[in-house]
Amino acid sequence: MQWPPPWRRSPLVSATPPPGPTTGLLCPRRVSEAGDSSTEGARTGHSHYVTPAESAMERRSQPFPSLRPASPTNAPAHGRGSDCTAKEPPLANVCRQNYGAAQDPVEPAGRRSASHVTGSSLGKAEVACGRRWRWAELVANSSWSPAGRATEMKVKMLSRNPDNYVRETKLDLQRVPRNYDPALHPFEVPREYVRALNATKLERVFAKPFLASLDGHRDGVNCLAKHPENLATVLSGACDGEVRIWNLTQRNCIRTIQAHEGFVRGICTRFCGTSFFTVGDDKTVKQWKMDGPGCGDEEEPLHTILGKTVYTGIDHHWKEAVFATCGQQVDIWDEQRTNPICSMTWGFDSISSVKFNPIETFLLGSCASDRNIVLYDMRQATPLKKVILDMRTNTICWNPMEAFIFTAANEDYNLYTFDMRALDTPVMVHMDHVSAVLDVDYSPTGKEFVSASFDKSIRIFPVDKSRSREVYHTKRMQHVICVKWTSDSKYIMCGSDEMNIRLWKANASEKLGVLTSREKAAKDYNQKLKEKFQHYPHIKRIARHRHLPKSIYSQIQEQRIMKEARRRKEVNRIKHSKPGSVPIVSEKKKHVVAVVK
Amino acid sequence: MNVNQVAENLALSHQEELVDLPKNYPLSENEDEGDSDGERKHQKLLEAISSLDGKNRRKLAERSEASLKVSEFSVSSEGSGEKLVLADLLEPVKTSSSLATIKKQLNRVKSKKVVELPLNKEKIEQIHREVAFSKTSQVLSKWDPIILKNQQAEQLVFPLGKEQPAIAPIEHALSGWKARTPLEQEIFNLLHKNKQPVTDPLLTPMEKASLQAMSLEEAKMHRAELQRARALQSYYEAKARKEKKIKSKKYHRVVKKGKAKKALKEFEQLQKVNPTVALEEMEKIENARMMERMSLKHQNSGKWAKSKAIMAKYDLEARQAMQEQLAQNKELTQKLQVASESEEEEGGTEVEELLVPHVVNEVQMNVDGPNPWMFRSCTSDTKEAATQEDPEQLPELAAHEVSASGAEERPVAEEEILLREFEERQSLRKRSELNQDAEPASSQETKDSSSQEVLSELRALSQKLKEKHQSRKQKASSEGTVPQVQREEPAPEEAEPLLLQRSERVQTLEELEELGKEDCFQNKELPRPVLEGQQSERTPNNRPDAPKEKKEKEQLINLQNFLTTQSPSMRSLAVPTIIEELEDEEERDQRQMIKEAFAGDDVIRDFLKEKREAVEASKPKDVDLTLPGWGEWGGVGLKPSAKKRRQFLIKAPEGPPRKDKNLPNVIISEKRNIHAAAHQVQVLPYPFTHHRQFERTIQTPIGSTWNTQRAFQKLTTPKVVTKPGHIIKPIKAEDVGYQSSSRSDLPVIQRNPKRITTRHNKEEKL
Repeated sequence: MQWPPPWRRSPLVSATPPPGPTTGLLCPRRVSEAGDSSTEGARTGHSHYVTPAESAMERRSQPFPSLRPASPTNAPAHGRGSDCTAKEPPLANVCRQNYGAAQDPVEPAGRRSASHVTGSSLGKAEVACGRRWRWAELVANSSWSPAGRATEMKVKMLSRNPDNYVRETKLDLQRVPRNYDPALHPFEVPREYVRALNATKLERVFAKPFLASLDGHRDGVNCLAKHPENLATVLSGACDGEVRIWNLTQRNCIRTIQAHEGFVRGICTRFCGTSFFTVGDDKTVKQWKMDGPGCGDEEEPLHTILGKTVYTGIDHHWKEAVFATCGQQVDIWDEQRTNPICSMTWGFDSISSVKFNPIETFLLGSCASDRNIVLYDMRQATPLKKVILDMRTNTICWNPMEAFIFTAANEDYNLYTFDMRALDTPVMVHMDHVSAVLDVDYSPTGKEFVSASFDKSIRIFPVDKSRSREVYHTKRMQHVICVKWTSDSKYIMCGSDEMNIRLWKANASEKLGVLTSREKAAKDYNQKLKEKFQHYPHIKRIARHRHLPKSIYSQIQEQRIMKEARRRKEVNRIKHSKPGSVPIVSEKKKHVVAVVK
Repeated sequence: MNVNQVAENLALSHQEELVDLPKNYPLSENEDEGDSDGERKHQKLLEAISSLDGKNRRKLAERSEASLKVSEFSVSSEGSGEKLVLADLLEPVKTSSSLATIKKQLNRVKSKKVVELPLNKEKIEQIHREVAFSKTSQVLSKWDPIILKNQQAEQLVFPLGKEQPAIAPIEHALSGWKARTPLEQEIFNLLHKNKQPVTDPLLTPMEKASLQAMSLEEAKMHRAELQRARALQSYYEAKARKEKKIKSKKYHRVVKKGKAKKALKEFEQLQKVNPTVALEEMEKIENARMMERMSLKHQNSGKWAKSKAIMAKYDLEARQAMQEQLAQNKELTQKLQVASESEEEEGGTEVEELLVPHVVNEVQMNVDGPNPWMFRSCTSDTKEAATQEDPEQLPELAAHEVSASGAEERPVAEEEILLREFEERQSLRKRSELNQDAEPASSQETKDSSSQEVLSELRALSQKLKEKHQSRKQKASSEGTVPQVQREEPAPEEAEPLLLQRSERVQTLEELEELGKEDCFQNKELPRPVLEGQQSERTPNNRPDAPKEKKEKEQLINLQNFLTTQSPSMRSLAVPTIIEELEDEEERDQRQMIKEAFAGDDVIRDFLKEKREAVEASKPKDVDLTLPGWGEWGGVGLKPSAKKRRQFLIKAPEGPPRKDKNLPNVIISEKRNIHAAAHQVQVLPYPFTHHRQFERTIQTPIGSTWNTQRAFQKLTTPKVVTKPGHIIKPIKAEDVGYQSSSRSDLPVIQRNPKRITTRHNKEEKL
């Protein structure tokens, strides 16, 4: 029940939520203001935080004219009330503050503007008082008034001095007179709140991340590789052994190679971008030139290495002519030799992926199907440590800005970010996918990564958050097998089962192309506003809202229920057993089975 | 296999290397076979013999199949449990003297330490891994500060290792450019006249010259100058010190006058030049003067006060005047305490009251009604009297409690005043006592004790009546403690003669009881007797030749002594030694004490009051929309007609019943506005540790509407900036100023350095 009814409330009251209960879970906020709040807050459990509007109310020390047009009932009351005389045009000194810098303080205000005095217009002129007009105050002396010195008469008049508003040259910025005195801006917080809300809404409105789909493969896309020197070039290997090179700016395929028989298991480019390597199901490693063959020549690899076993993955060293393959064991190859310069193995299971550390380049990480992640040191030709997780890890990716951080994409729907120096606890467990995570790639800034999942979606996770900030999916995109973040950190590519490579924006609502400085400023401001007010429920809800395909949505619900049940059971078990007998294991530690030295 | 055996094997192998064993020593394999066959038979025989013996002989293992390791020299110890010792092997060697060198060598080998068995492969690998891991971790740890820095950076601009944009030096720009227009030429002329630098070092030749010009002589001169300045300064300081030490008043007066004159002159000058500033100055001076005056007022330092102080020894009036002045000073200089109604404040003052010296409390008891602490001391002091009085006193106390709770809101200032008054009085009293001591005894000596007996009895009766009346008054007057004090003030003067006389006839027990009662009352009312009592305890009790007044006092104290001697254990409050008879009394006391200590805070009533207020506050209010003077006459003293008021008064509807309507002990706030709640943060967000922090961040606007352009730009700098179209490479050790951890990561290269060159050649080709 609200009282007074909305149509009777003064515009001021309706504009701002009433200064609500000051009781708080954390602490009552304004003790002095709301007389009994301190005791009441302690007694009752309700709590709330300051709304922007409220805080504005608090800041405001004096009543001020409402910013909104008065409601019909209140308008006459305001106008005719006994206090209507108190309503004054903006004071001269306030105006002077506006122009504070420009004006010479010594100069008496009246002298300049004496010619403009129009006594009768004083009452109304206030309305017309825009930026260029200002109030000057004239103190009349005894020569004016018959009463003499005893009664000094104040005359307010408009003064208009071009110096104050005309810029000197056309190239100058327009002068915008502005008074930053906080007392004059009582509603700054609510206004910013509204702006933040609008920015959030607009972000959702403009969130159109999908850019292009590159079609041409005749089977599912199994692997992707970036060109190290050229942003526009992307390589992809398909399940039918075909390798294609794409031009992203033109969005077309510029070269097609039938590289292998069977799957192209892995593809990687040389650090200089002159050639690339592929491994396939036909137990071969092939090196190809990046530029196509001349007219009439046949597509032939530069080198071909015939191996004994199937290679499942390949990665190239970041600085030297060395690459690593994985299969039964991790082999490190010199480009010029047909035998590996060293083979490292630890355990006897097939290794699905191997990755060089981009910073400390002698480090390698691999993951095998016996659920473990093994780290190797190439210089000492020895494995370093092994961590065994609950389920199999599909790939790992090193953070390109933090030497010892890597993220593992796991079958148990989660991603685990590890500090390789402390493998027993992951730094962060990233969960949001509802099916096995198949691939992961870091943004070159090292702040975020993208993951591809069997649940037909890709998600973007901030490195330090356990929940994703973004999910991309389209109706036609099937299980996403591989994903890459482009080297300028602006785009994301993903290759999926249904033979397409899709190009996405990394920031869904980002405007592409060149921004003017004003656009840039607005963008930055909006971004900061969103950040500032991100905890407000309304804004949070809008910012987090995503449309999801029904399958994912229902899966999420289902898994939530399962998780809740599991949690409940655990809690019950702890509750009903001897204290201390059931250890409380944190979510991070739960998934690590063992660390083997 | 144990270690010894291994050692022997080793020794054997050495032997093998070192020497050609004598030809006759090693046996052929065939022979060995045959020999072993015979041996087996022999052993069987031995076994049979031992079994005949019946004793548990050591069984020797039988070798049933061919050994894997068959020694060349048929010295295998397998089959027999015995160990092979080097000495056994050397026995044949001993005979031949030609093998002395070999013997020596063998001995040397024997003396050598045993080499440990190598670890198994897994273990070795694990150790390797652990070492490698720790080393790698160490290498990686050097990135920690960089990563931390990047995480905390206000802004990160990618790509990180940005090369400095090559700014062409100005001379380059100038070289290909000539001044053509007259204006440009003019500017150039100007520039060249000053020899403005066009090249990199931003100093003009003049400046450079001046910088370089300081020669040795100049430096010396500079130093001398500095020295002189220092010396002057020290002289000046010394002079100032000396002047300060001068005691001559005249000198100072002259100086002061001179200064004043100078200031005046300056002021006049200022007045002429800039009247407004002068006015301000004037005001300032005036203010300073006023401040000084205010602070100095009523201090004992004035001329008048000093003279009074001298006179005070002899003149009562002067003394009083001085006291007054001091009181005034105290009153004026005392900090103003804002009278607040909150309970906490009052509680605070109560605590303060407890903290003030005990003597103060004694008087306060009189003044404020029952003070539990004082009361207790009183009762315990006069045991019998207290026991008798208790029933009387309890209701009285209760009454006081009620009154106290009623007069809760008594401003604190009053108490302060009381305190001050008390202090004054006390000091006065002390002084007067001293005086009285000094006064000749003859002043009141003349009173005849016997003739006064009857009179005193009468007076005692009347006094009792009076006192009863007074106590009733006390009960009645709950507020207005000050008047009470005033009322009580004459009491000492009244009581004094009575006390004096009463003290003479404390002989009979019946009267003693009575006296006890009275004494208690007096104790309560007057601090004086108690004090005097304390004082007189020091003085010898029975001194007949003492001055009359003193004697009288003593007698009074005697009385007390008499009482206390009856129950010496009760004298000290802190250490009650006899308990058994007083236990329940003590309990009661305790209860009373607690009751009285918390007499001020009536929690329940407060809560009810609070709840009532909350209910009132939450009730919807009527809206009055009447406009005075609208449609009728208006003006001062004219009120809108009742009809109009009725017409424009919008009655608030009854709200829904409160949730805590039937819960007397609960206040449920219903202020929470669900419409506002949608826009309110319910839980403190993560990085913040206090809600105030969060509020502060929210309340700082970042928009350009409220900030200057620069501040706005600073506030809105994005955390990560990437340049479109630029490839962001992984961070490199060289970028952040580290040596790359290794020139080459390859393990192989060290092994065959030849290949490096070829590889590089190949790379170039690629």
